[in-house]
Amino acid sequence: MFESFDATVLARIQFAFTVSFHIIFPAFSIGLASYLAVLEALWLWKKDEVYLELFNFWKTIFAVAFGMGVVSGIVMSYQFGTNWSVFSDKAGPVIGPLMGYEVLTAFFLEAGFLGVMLFGLNRVGPKLHFFATAMVALGTLISATWILAVNSWMQTPAGFSVNEAGQFIPDDWWAVIFNPSFPYRLVHMVLAAYLTTAFVVGACGAWHLLRKTAPRRARTMFSMAMWMAAIVAPIQIFAGDQHGLNTLEHQPAKVMAMEGHYQSHPDGAPLILFGIPNSAEKRIDYALEIPKLSSLILKHSLDAPLAGLDTIPEERHPPVAIVFWSFRVMVAIGFAMLGLGLWSLWCRVRGTLDSNAALHRTAALMGPAGFVAVLAGWITTEVGRQPYTIYGHLLTADSISPIEAPAVAASLVAFIIVYFLVFGAGTFYILRLMARLPRDTMPELDEGPLRTAGVTPGPASPKAPGGQHGL
Amino acid sequence: MDFDLPLIWAAIIAFAVLAYVVLDGFDLGVGILFPFFPEKHDRDVMMNSVAPVWDGNETWLVLGGGGLLAVFPLAYATVLPALYAPIIAMLIGLIFRGVAFEYRWRTQRGEFLWNWAFAGGSMLAAFAQGLALGALVQGIPVENRAYAGGWWDWLTPFSIVTGLAIMVGYSLLGATWLVMKTRGELAERARGVALRSALATIAAMGIVSLWTPFLEPVYLQRWFGWPTAIFSIVVPLLVLGCLYLLLKGIRDRHDVQPFIAALGLFVLGYIGIGISFYPYMVPPSLTIWDAAAPDESLAFLLVGALVLIPMILAYTAYAYWVFRGKVDPEEGYH
Ligand code: HDD
Ligand code: HEM
Ligand code: HEM
Repeated sequence: MFESFDATVLARIQFAFTVSFHIIFPAFSIGLASYLAVLEALWLWKKDEVYLELFNFWKTIFAVAFGMGVVSGIVMSYQFGTNWSVFSDKAGPVIGPLMGYEVLTAFFLEAGFLGVMLFGLNRVGPKLHFFATAMVALGTLISATWILAVNSWMQTPAGFSVNEAGQFIPDDWWAVIFNPSFPYRLVHMVLAAYLTTAFVVGACGAWHLLRKTAPRRARTMFSMAMWMAAIVAPIQIFAGDQHGLNTLEHQPAKVMAMEGHYQSHPDGAPLILFGIPNSAEKRIDYALEIPKLSSLILKHSLDAPLAGLDTIPEERHPPVAIVFWSFRVMVAIGFAMLGLGLWSLWCRVRGTLDSNAALHRTAALMGPAGFVAVLAGWITTEVGRQPYTIYGHLLTADSISPIEAPAVAASLVAFIIVYFLVFGAGTFYILRLMARLPRDTMPELDEGPLRTAGVTPGPASPKAPGGQHGL
Repeated sequence: MDFDLPLIWAAIIAFAVLAYVVLDGFDLGVGILFPFFPEKHDRDVMMNSVAPVWDGNETWLVLGGGGLLAVFPLAYATVLPALYAPIIAMLIGLIFRGVAFEYRWRTQRGEFLWNWAFAGGSMLAAFAQGLALGALVQGIPVENRAYAGGWWDWLTPFSIVTGLAIMVGYSLLGATWLVMKTRGELAERARGVALRSALATIAAMGIVSLWTPFLEPVYLQRWFGWPTAIFSIVVPLLVLGCLYLLLKGIRDRHDVQPFIAALGLFVLGYIGIGISFYPYMVPPSLTIWDAAAPDESLAFLLVGALVLIPMILAYTAYAYWVFRGKVDPEEGYH
């Protein structure tokens, strides 16, 4: 079924497929690790058992998500060599050390303390255990920092020169790491992870509020999640706007594609809300647009001129339709998240946060919103960088390994089957774990509060509400 | 003073790979041995004996691979395409056995599936690593900074033998680990398995060591030429020493000695490969210095590695210490 594809296209599909799966788990585990640290801190501080119960509940879910993140991440780190060997040879001297630091400062830290966090509470006591949880959370954040430095350098490369062998050579590490898009991307991504987690936790809380299984715990997590939504969503929108302005400066073609500006607008460009990009005719069909608003957002002046894709040679255009749509999906979700956050504030003021079923239903429905926005955001970023892997310096077509299409096709098919099987099962288990919030009244911790296995995991409580169907 | 940065880095990468082989070796070994322990309770204990540490063990693989990209990008960019199929197979094996650690406790009806995933994934990963090792020892042709062979070159009788050798070697590590970490009947059984895999391992090591020198004239020269021939005498002697301690430890029902002796066997085998390879990174095409990244990259990462690796070893040791002693069947997931 892949005869018509060459190795480059297949390798791109494979990379996009595996990294898209991978990013789903970090987006959740970065946020969840911090949430767990907060829960444990609240427990130690306020001595209220509800926080420990919530900690144990989410810890088990975290373990499953983290496991999936690890195995899908290992695939990523080897795939640069198997499929993008020319890229690896050339860019290795610059991005390799950054990823090396990621391993040394982040992955070992997470892995080293993960065991203690999952299984060690009654061996090391609450204080050291909290330290382990905090180290895992810190590890996820450090990991995000390094890998985003790498990715940002590929978007806005700086601080390097090129040697005779065609390799990128670092001149100034500071400039490499703090390349122009790095701060924006880091802030935007970490906020995205927090928002994603908040919406999952909120959906879980809302669902249990609707089912009235465990009002006290459900209320606590719902309230915490809604605070996050109300506070972080507006910050994220602001951060995204700043990120876009920065992209306009460094990768103008990407913004042109995001905005759907095939033509230049010498006196004020419109903001195209919706429409169908038509790359053959170089226009947006059925466009619904607001005159001059794009110039106002991007240049802070109604009549500022804005260049379009007509100023760029055709073979350097990114695929417009994908970028145009993925960007709109992300932004729409961003505003929907803001909407839910504001609504929850309103209910909080009126004292109906725990009782407003419409709010709870909406929150439950929006549980996966963060994942969709994260994927849409990454697609905007990565597809918008095309046709380059290192923007302006190395073409994607020149990055590929000397491997033949059938080999890539076979591994792609293998990954697709394995990922859907394995991560499909994992998602199912996570959903089932979320559905099994033990009742408030149930004395679940039979051996005192330090029982490490935590909230009775799957096999021990097959009668819990929600999922009797084993695999 | 001038440092030979590529050489220092070759030593660090070699250390990372060795750490990976012995650490993940025993937990992959535990997976490989699942079929020998059909009781659910035994399997629970076996899995719990490695559950707190497997992720840290596997991170050494990420350091080995990621480190290669950083400091020997040309080796990374030629070896991985050359070993395309075994690497993908290894990754898929690692996926299955990695998720099994969590999934197995999440379902009753599906448990047998994740038992299979754990055992099969461990076997596949170990076999693929052995294939990769064999293919690397055979040599990888490189032209114009790119792999210049075909995509089935890795598959030869020799690489199949090394694949099997790694599988039995890991089972030995796994079995001696279980002897150390478990009690009662389970430990008794593990002792029996350890004995059998010890014999299989030593046979496999023998075959591979005798075969290797005849693959490449360089290796022959290395092992039988002066002064390196000293190693040809010393290394096998040490191997015999370890074997003796191993068998005696099993017979005298020592808890720890068999595991340590098995580690010793692995370290010696690894040194043997190192002797054959030096000074090549990718025999017979790239030396350590051909493959190295520019000094700016090597120096930048070295600063961090020198500070961080000791810290990593310290907190890894702490994590092992927290879970020291025999596994309590009542602890961990069940
Ligand atoms: C370290 C570098 C790095 C990082 C952190 C990411 N990517 Fe990327 N991405 C690449 C390095 C890269 C690449 C190697 O440069 C690719 C491969 C082919 C290409 O065009 O660029 C690429 C391509 C690529 C494509 C295909 C674009 C196309 O071919 O048109 C997609 C959809 C994504 N990526 C998605 C993602 C997602 C969802 C990420 C979130 C984790 C992500 N990327 C992180
Ligand atoms: C394409 C580039 C990427 C590569 C090569 C990569 C590589 C890896 C590897 C090897 C692991 C497993 C580490 C372990 O053994 O614990 C991992 C996990 C992780 N990655 Fe990625 N990764 C990539 C993209 C990202 C991005 C974009 C982020 C975040 C913004 C991220 C954040 C994480 C985190 C937090 C973990 C820890 C495990 C988890 O949370 O599930 N990674 N990654
Ligand atoms: C209305 C609000 C938002 C705006 C204006 C916005 C803006 C942007 C822009 C311009 C980019 C591309 C940057 C580039 O590559 O040059 C981007 C990327 C991204 N966005 Fe958003 N965004 C918004 C909301 C969100 C939300 C709600 C999420 C997730 C919860 C999210 C997640 C991401 C991610 C993961 C990326 C890719 C990584 C990166 O480049 O930072 N965004 N966003």
